[in-house]
Amino acid sequence: MSTGTTKLDVVVSDVVPVNDLVTRFHFRRRDGELLPTFSGGAHVVVEMRDGERTRLNPYSLMGSPLDTREYTISVRRDDVGRGGSLFMHRNVRPGLEMVVSYPVNLFSLDRRARKHLMLAGGIGITPFMAQTAQLAAEGGNFELHYTCRTASLGTYADVLRERYDRRVRLYHDDLDERIELDRLLSTQPLGTHLYVCGPAGMINWVRDRAASLGWPAETVHFEHFAAPQPGLPFDVTLAVSGKTIRVDEQQSLLEAIEAAGVDPPYLCRGGVCGQCETNVVSYDGKFIHNDHWLSEEDHRSGCKIMPCVSRFEGRSLVLER
Amino acid sequence: MVAKSIISRPVYGTLSPQPGKHHLFIADAEGALAIAEIAERAPPGFFDDSEIVFIPGPDGKHIAALEALKPAQFHQAPSFASLLPRLRQTLANAHMGLRLYLSGTEGLIGQAMQVALEAGIDHTSIQTEHRGSLARRMQCVHCKGITENVTTQPATCAHCGLLLLVRDHYSRRIAAFQGVCINAEDRSEIPPMEEAFP
Ligand code: FES
Repeated sequence: MSTGTTKLDVVVSDVVPVNDLVTRFHFRRRDGELLPTFSGGAHVVVEMRDGERTRLNPYSLMGSPLDTREYTISVRRDDVGRGGSLFMHRNVRPGLEMVVSYPVNLFSLDRRARKHLMLAGGIGITPFMAQTAQLAAEGGNFELHYTCRTASLGTYADVLRERYDRRVRLYHDDLDERIELDRLLSTQPLGTHLYVCGPAGMINWVRDRAASLGWPAETVHFEHFAAPQPGLPFDVTLAVSGKTIRVDEQQSLLEAIEAAGVDPPYLCRGGVCGQCETNVVSYDGKFIHNDHWLSEEDHRSGCKIMPCVSRFEGRSLVLER
Repeated sequence: MVAKSIISRPVYGTLSPQPGKHHLFIADAEGALAIAEIAERAPPGFFDDSEIVFIPGPDGKHIAALEALKPAQFHQAPSFASLLPRLRQTLANAHMGLRLYLSGTEGLIGQAMQVALEAGIDHTSIQTEHRGSLARRMQCVHCKGITENVTTQPATCAHCGLLLLVRDHYSRRIAAFQGVCINAEDRSEIPPMEEAFP
């Protein structure tokens, strides 16, 4: 049922190390046809078959939306995560046949904007690679502010500077360069839209300042895929399908439900789209909510969970699934 | 208050203070009362960053009440048309953080909204409150002429003289209700004219 996630059979056409942490992967269609079109900000869910396990991770498409011969993603290695990025870095080689979803865009440009102000942190630069390419081709007005740890970890900073020159501002943490956020937000012409992608702390900071400085909510766009966190194993009863399953340490609840042969809806697998929202029938224990979708009130109520990123610790959990 | 009806009718709320760096109020006649009321709910110092543009009604009331709020700037204008160049200029030079509040007649709200949309403000981020007359701004679908302050149903087009049914169909683009000929079949048939939008 996985809404909107029809699959594409692709082959890895290139693997390019970008710096110490980031590697870029290129995919083409196995049948040699063009890939479906997408708009800047779209992501695909990449299926990683790792022996018995299948991981499904979302990655922003970073190539130009004008070129659909290939899709490109950039993956930052996460040594303490659940292994999806490590799998990509270690096991994925040119020629490998893989499956990716159709592109879905949960972070699209608002076409009514007079100007697009983009704020990127770290690997959060990837959706902006596609969006800037799209805007540059259309003659759109944009400005990109990109914060990275060091110059050598400033993934694609050089490419962006070369392409867009002064429309790109760089800030390096190790040189103590900080974005003057309040000044930046207060000097934008009316009709500007703001886009933020980066670590959760940065997104919260920017959203918070923008709201206090009078940016209406509909002009502030953000994307943060929460990576599902590993945790203690737990058991879950799926009331509708009549199954009891175990979610192991490195597995997400959604992956465990899928492994049991149940096919729940999803789109982003990162706690942002709302598709996988599941009702809780009963529970005895505590939820570990990691999503950006449910309200705090929903989190407290114990009535709902987003199985793509959230976990549970306790005696029993029954879901309406 | 305006009765709820078909979807294309604009929906108005109650002005409420928004976070922002500058607050621009545009009001006509009784719309001043909505500004006076927001003042009771606004945080201290709110009007220090505010500008009020006011078109008084025929009775000339409420001017002193608005001045008493001590906005950073206060202007009066005899009509919407007369404040238009200045409003366009203000919005063209404005930055994000400016919040817009419109209160008064539908004609005023609609026309100001239209200028704001042209300047790139999203209509959902504009605060509106309907006050005072229900008079409508009407566009004749036949000659395209606009008639201001229509209070009757049917109403006579000020341009081509046709007798028009004032529909609930509202165009945000031209900020007017649609008027359609009510006796196209037989012009001699004149339905009674009632005061419908006092
Ligand atoms: S799949 Fe998008 S929130 Fe879970």
